[in-house]
Amino acid sequence: MTAALALCDLRVRFPVGDGLVSAVDGVSLRVEPGEIVGLVGESGCGKSTLAAAVMGLLPPSTSVTGSVRVAGDEVVGLDDRRLRAMRGDRVSMVVQDPSTSLDPIWSVGDQVAETIRAHRRVGRRQARALATQLMTDVGIPAAASRYDDPPHRLSGGMRQRIVIAAALANEPSLLIADEPTTALDVTIQAQILGLIRRLRDDRGTAVLLITHDLGVVAQVCDRVAVMYAGQLVEVAGAQELFDHPRHPYTRALLGALPSATARGERLAVIPGQVPDLAHQPRGCRFAARCPLRTDVCEQAPVPEPVGASMAACWHVDQPLPLLGGAR
Amino acid sequence: MSTVERTATGARPRPRTTPDVGAALLAVLVLAALAAPLLAPHDPEAVQSARVLGSPSASYPFGSDVLGRDVLSRVLYALRVSLTVAVSAVGVATLVAVPLGLLAGYAGGWVDSLISRPLDMLLVLPALLLAISLIAILGPGSVVAALAIAVIYLPILARVMRSSTLVVTRNEYVVVARARGAGHLRVMARHVLPNAIGPVAVQASVLTGFALQLEAALSFLGLGTQPPTPSLGGMLADGRDVLTQAPWVEVFPGLAIAVAVIAFTLLGDGLRRSLDPTGVAS
Repeated sequence: MTAALALCDLRVRFPVGDGLVSAVDGVSLRVEPGEIVGLVGESGCGKSTLAAAVMGLLPPSTSVTGSVRVAGDEVVGLDDRRLRAMRGDRVSMVVQDPSTSLDPIWSVGDQVAETIRAHRRVGRRQARALATQLMTDVGIPAAASRYDDPPHRLSGGMRQRIVIAAALANEPSLLIADEPTTALDVTIQAQILGLIRRLRDDRGTAVLLITHDLGVVAQVCDRVAVMYAGQLVEVAGAQELFDHPRHPYTRALLGALPSATARGERLAVIPGQVPDLAHQPRGCRFAARCPLRTDVCEQAPVPEPVGASMAACWHVDQPLPLLGGAR
Repeated sequence: MSTVERTATGARPRPRTTPDVGAALLAVLVLAALAAPLLAPHDPEAVQSARVLGSPSASYPFGSDVLGRDVLSRVLYALRVSLTVAVSAVGVATLVAVPLGLLAGYAGGWVDSLISRPLDMLLVLPALLLAISLIAILGPGSVVAALAIAVIYLPILARVMRSSTLVVTRNEYVVVARARGAGHLRVMARHVLPNAIGPVAVQASVLTGFALQLEAALSFLGLGTQPPTPSLGGMLADGRDVLTQAPWVEVFPGLAIAVAVIAFTLLGDGLRRSLDPTGVAS
């Protein structure tokens, strides 16, 4: 089966001063149709850059190499016209903050209809009817009467539903959701995640869910890719990742989660800082912060695949000493 | 900051009257100018030797000038010319400046440089000197004065549009529109322009007041509207010589200029407030 998204050795480099800074470095990942894959990592690890590369939304000065295939079609190197035909049609994107991702001037319904009319030859009336139906599908009550409302009349959760309706308007094979619930409160967050999952079930849309929230991952994702400093360090099924994390970074991340049972203890932290993008270490990028570090970590680890999973570490599955902060 | 705090309490004692005052004042002026043929008690160009420097009276409320012409009628007709020149000058400047500023701000890079550098060069030239040079080339008159004023204000308006575009373009909905498959032209026209035009409207309104003043200055120097057509600046020039004997010849056109400038400035303030509901930027 053709993957909804297939990344192969994707590299994204930005020109900074005289040199190039590598924001995404050799990422390979597949998202199958109807699958929800979480892309997890801390701020600045390249998650959003990866999303922009898939959408073809990086500035022209950016160097993108490798391959990005959306439903089998190569995206890297497409001209602007073809990219435009693809965006919003075969891939669409939902971004973090629905209060800034909707244009304050146009009605919410028009913004859904705009996506439809950008790709399909439909009249104004028909676009309105389709948009209203989409708004109903994403759970907006009395959608027809909400159609002409400006974004600020809707709550944050309702606005994010509008953004999702617009993203799904043309039945894309892939939906990229970049922190879709970060700006929302927890109750609404659960509703939006439920909606994303339901839409996946109904329509078979593949979803790449970018987040730094492992709780979100646990709620909806089938598989998880963990990103660190521009590289994927571990890919695994969601259940498997939570039960048996293999890469020391993943294990440290899970170890840093607050626990409902261990009250009154200090949260575990990962010592050190993310390496500067411009001065990446040659070997394993996590080595400087890793409790399992040995001399072999001076060389870049060879990803060790186990079925559809992989972990890029020389010391996969070795017992982890307690991290700083954890008692 | 205090404005924001007061907003939080829901009781912001902001003077809500100014926009209406500006608009109302302007409406009165525009109506007076439009209805000049109906309102003017006398022919503005009719010379009457018996009424030379006649003081204000019931039939000549603003008095009469050196040639015995009715000052009120002349002010009304002059207002027509001045408003037309000021509004069309700023109108033309805005029509050219908005697309230029939009393109410069949206595209950035070399497109921005190509548009912005020549405009910056225009901006450093002193306004009056630029106007006088243009008039020296093209000859005096209302149309040339309007053109000169448009050239002077073009770079100012384009810069406002450019910087406002830069701010709007950073909004996520611009990227999102692109992510939905909209092309650059569509994003600019539908999402950037309507969100970025506000400050330009404010600036244009204020500049129209200044344009009226500039037209008066040019006409005062004999470079703008040519006699016998009455103009506010020309009337100031006429009244200067008789200021001590007949101050009304000078005072009434002067007042008309002042009121018009105030009206446009208040309108600009009002627009600014209505476009900036948070009241943070002032």
